[in-house]
Amino acid sequence: MTAPQPAAQPTASYGTGHTPVVELRGIRKAFGDLLANDDIDLRLRRGEVHALLGENGAGKSTLMRGLYGLVRPDAGQVLVDGRPVSITSPKDAIAAGIGMVTQHFALVAPMTVTENVMLSSVGLGPLDLAAARRQVKDAAARIGVAIDPDARVEALSIGEQQRVEILKALVHDCRVLLLDEPTAVLVPQDVDALFTTLRRLTEQGLAVLFTSHKLHEVSAICDRVTVLRRGRVVTTRDVDGAQARELAELMVGRPVTGVARDAVLGFETDEAPAARRDVDVPAKTVLRVRGLTVAGTASQGRRALFDVKLHVDAGEVLGVAGVSGNGQRELVDVLTGMREPVAGSVEVDGVDLTGAGPQRLMDAGVGRIPEDRHASVVPDLSVEDNLVMEHLDEFRRGPFVDRRKVRAHANRLIEEYAIKAGPTDTVGSLSGGNMQKVLLARVLDREPRLVIVAQPTRGLDVGATEYVQRQLLRQRERGAGVLLVSEDLDELLALSDRLVVLSEGRVAGELPVQEATPERLGLLMAGGTIEEVTA
Amino acid sequence: MIRFALRGRQPRWLLPVLAVLPIVLTYLLTAGPIRAAGANPAAAYERYVLQPLSSVDSVFEVLLTSTPLLFTGLAVAVAFRCGYWNIGADGQLLAGAVEATFFGLNVRGLPAGVAIPLVILAGAVAGVVWALVPALLRTRLGIDEVVTTLLLNPVALLLVQCLLNGPWRNPENQFPESAPIDPAYTFPRLLADHRLHLGFAIALVLAIVVGVIISRTPLGLRMRAVGRSPEAARFAGIRVERTMLGAALGSGAIAGIGGVSQVAGLQGQLTGGISDGFGYTGVVVATLATLSVTGVVFVSVLLADIIVGAESAVRVLQLPPQMGDVVTATLMLCVVAVLVLRRYKLVVRFPAALHRSRSRPGLGEDAA
Ligand SMILES: Nc1ncnc2c1ncn2[C@@H]1O[C@H](COP(=O)(O)OP(=O)(O)O)[C@@H](O)[C@H]1O
Ligand SMILES: [Mg+2]
Repeated sequence: MTAPQPAAQPTASYGTGHTPVVELRGIRKAFGDLLANDDIDLRLRRGEVHALLGENGAGKSTLMRGLYGLVRPDAGQVLVDGRPVSITSPKDAIAAGIGMVTQHFALVAPMTVTENVMLSSVGLGPLDLAAARRQVKDAAARIGVAIDPDARVEALSIGEQQRVEILKALVHDCRVLLLDEPTAVLVPQDVDALFTTLRRLTEQGLAVLFTSHKLHEVSAICDRVTVLRRGRVVTTRDVDGAQARELAELMVGRPVTGVARDAVLGFETDEAPAARRDVDVPAKTVLRVRGLTVAGTASQGRRALFDVKLHVDAGEVLGVAGVSGNGQRELVDVLTGMREPVAGSVEVDGVDLTGAGPQRLMDAGVGRIPEDRHASVVPDLSVEDNLVMEHLDEFRRGPFVDRRKVRAHANRLIEEYAIKAGPTDTVGSLSGGNMQKVLLARVLDREPRLVIVAQPTRGLDVGATEYVQRQLLRQRERGAGVLLVSEDLDELLALSDRLVVLSEGRVAGELPVQEATPERLGLLMAGGTIEEVTA
Repeated sequence: MIRFALRGRQPRWLLPVLAVLPIVLTYLLTAGPIRAAGANPAAAYERYVLQPLSSVDSVFEVLLTSTPLLFTGLAVAVAFRCGYWNIGADGQLLAGAVEATFFGLNVRGLPAGVAIPLVILAGAVAGVVWALVPALLRTRLGIDEVVTTLLLNPVALLLVQCLLNGPWRNPENQFPESAPIDPAYTFPRLLADHRLHLGFAIALVLAIVVGVIISRTPLGLRMRAVGRSPEAARFAGIRVERTMLGAALGSGAIAGIGGVSQVAGLQGQLTGGISDGFGYTGVVVATLATLSVTGVVFVSVLLADIIVGAESAVRVLQLPPQMGDVVTATLMLCVVAVLVLRRYKLVVRFPAALHRSRSRPGLGEDAA
């Protein structure tokens, strides 16, 4: 039997009666042995906001980038208005009426809004700047945002920059707008503004596809949702009928409980959670940072961090919140010995360690787990070698590396931390979760007094995420201080005792976790002051 | 359509294939030119590869020829392992040769037991000195070492020629060669009736020492970490610049001793042709050996085998002398090409088959 011809094939199966603007059939993309997209079918209707929901690594970005011509799918077909099109570059996508805002913006910082918007469409001839400004203004009016066409992009906030990216897509008359994790970089208030914009666009007949791993966003704005898990479509359904909990379970593929601190602590001991921390006895301070100032790059302005003051007590998790790029990376770099501050002091257990390098910090009992795993372990070396890399001198016999001791050490940690790998596998061949476990094992096995950890669960699946969060809470239980930098508010709220918010390199405010709500944190992240927030 | 796709894991069969495939490919690619030059490719290969290994005497000749390649191959491998791209082993070898000649001409009357260790040490120091400036520029200022090490090679060659045409010109015959060095410095032969000399033994000992350091000691592990991922090494508390500086200077020292070995072991004097591009061949050796020390020993001997074989092929088969270089160069290209397979696999796709595999009930097929 031969397969039916496409003409005989109904193109929409949701009973709407009209052709979807974009239809994907059997899209497949592999990276090495990893199937990022496995046989994906998706129909996008005119005038709908369609969410692509999935955990980190589910393949959402890959699918979008494939549709926009940024990666090339191995197989499958794209139909626009029912006609097959071949999209091998963003040019083809734009010609087909598809626009995309990538997760990391592609803007030229020193140029104006108009120049940025026109950049992708300028030909060889002279540029009519007046007409271009008019076009930008018209497009801005269409989506109901006020934006100065002559403002330099570097002077705009992240939310405004995102609007410029949307304008860029709109001036090409796109009918389908792809947004990859548009809310990840926004404070909650900007998210609302974005959603208003998206509503306006769909009223004008555009179709919007956006990726997210946050359920509440999906229910707030979307008409339909497609859930991806490990590269496959689990389901596509109307949001109205979908329960958040049900979607969550579809997304992760099993019932979700979430790591609530009390649950984890209960898991550790039988005591009542309230009795966990003795508030009457002032805890010993393990980390004290005063006046910390770090020079910035050209795009950040003069200082990436300015006059930062914070402290971490023994047995407490201090969460550091903030929109990415507000100095978190620089703070972690200083505290892990990878960058020197221009002013200020860092004290660990009362010992001054300002400007100390990795070795001195480790000797002082600081455990370091920064966000870029690939720059913290050597991917081409084996698991066992990476596990001893920070303390090679403890694994020597005479002038040689004591291979037997190294192997025994590796075997013990692999067992203890449930790392799915052999001691001689190269770390680069491990999944993100197992790579993170190698790093955790290397650091936590030494029972550090202070743990500096950034984005510990980014890109991990649910199982690994829970595991990593448990391990961090276990450090707190042990009496270590933990400084946790994360962009995931839920994670911060679940793990921290106290939160500080960084905004434009300064500490915008500090809240105990009981008083921290997403709204309050959002205001601080957006540059509000603590007085405004708690008023 | 053929495409490269990233490999997940290396399958077990890969390593033997990587070793054999280049040799087969080289044979296939060079058979034509050899035939065109008027020889039977099979006979030529017999000359190139097997003939030199067929008598004890010619085996020693191969080992002798491999000696400078061992030194420079090791030197390059040490530096590359640490992520320092030293292309200047030629200049460092020449520096060692000049230093050895300086001692051989000017510091006379020492007993051999003192003279030989002294000249080896001096050659190592000379190699270090020649390697020092690019290494410091790299580790202190981040200036790319590929260019600086490379550009010091012709400088060293000009220095040699300057000395040979000036102060060290042979006083007897006025040739641009130095006078013979003091016999106290001459390396003893390893065998009574062959030219194979102490230099070969030193190279082997160095190979063992370097191999043990790289694979067995904390220093070696640090070097490999620095070479593979300097950021991660720095993060783990390794002093990246110091480790790299050490590897760069160690590399220079090994190449410098190679220069001493050529003067004191083989030629007994300094000549303009003291290095036959050994530093560059060293890069070839180290690359073919995938930077493993055992590999360096094996590849040096293999290349020496072809070099010696090429000489006899010229005599017996009237093949042009360059044919040996053609074979070596082809081998090099094949190995490098095949090494790609370590990270990538070839995926062959036929458009029709692609769509057939995609077809399933309920979904249309677009292949006409
Ligand atoms: N260029 C690439 N090379 C190798 N693997 C990749 C590449 N891009 C994505 N991946 C892998 O594909 C999977 C899906 O990634 P992605 O589409 O970015 O997920 P999501 O956007 O849903 O978080 C991940 O496991 C990721 O590591
Ligand atoms: Mg993504």
